[in-house]
Amino acid sequence: MKLLYFAWLRQRVGHGAEDVALPPEVRTVRELIDWLKARGPGYGQAFEDLRVVRAAVNQDYVGLDHPVKNGDEIAFFPPVTGG
Amino acid sequence: MIRVQREDFDVGAEIKRLTAGNHGIGGIASFIGTVREGASHDAASTQIGAITLEHYPGMTERQLEAIEAEARTRWPLDAVLIIHRFGRLEPGEQIVLVVTASSHRQAALESCAFLIDWLKTKAPFWKLEDTGEGAKWVEARASDDAATARWQPKPNAAE
Repeated sequence: MKLLYFAWLRQRVGHGAEDVALPPEVRTVRELIDWLKARGPGYGQAFEDLRVVRAAVNQDYVGLDHPVKNGDEIAFFPPVTGG
Repeated sequence: MIRVQREDFDVGAEIKRLTAGNHGIGGIASFIGTVREGASHDAASTQIGAITLEHYPGMTERQLEAIEAEARTRWPLDAVLIIHRFGRLEPGEQIVLVVTASSHRQAALESCAFLIDWLKTKAPFWKLEDTGEGAKWVEARASDDAATARWQPKPNAAE
């Protein structure tokens, strides 16, 4: 599974992209976040307030209960500010 | 048509290329977004210089194409162009261009406003601004969500 981070989430995590092998107990975006938070303090800071975190699976916006599986491209980022 | 690029764009040349040869077009609307001096939405912040636009390559194009497709289902459009820049931009520089062309002005004007409102809340771009106290990420505004919400179909709207 490919994970991507943008804007201040990227800065807090410490990198913009990584490949991870998903443990079988991680089935949703929310469970993925909980699993990531246990990997280190940067992840904890990035995901400390989920009200300002948006997620995309395979480049479509999804909610936290959306399923995830190995082979997905999953991105985390703050609310967008383009235009 | 959508484009995501680092380079600046020439509005006149883009409109000319977009509408060339289509004599059914009766009206062309355009919106050009620029970097404002002191653009920060946070009153306590003091943005003094450039902004840097980060984006999600791939998803950006995908979302802009979806936004264009949505506009085309709502209005009879002859041509649509969205150009959004990324990278470091100085105050006064152009950030985004939206052009819509239709046989009548109302469709062109309304769809242009719709596209920029939707783009601001759905296209994955993030602005980092230089301030006197270092670089700061711009926070999303509730007023942008409200601007997008006004385009949602009314629950009981007649066709």
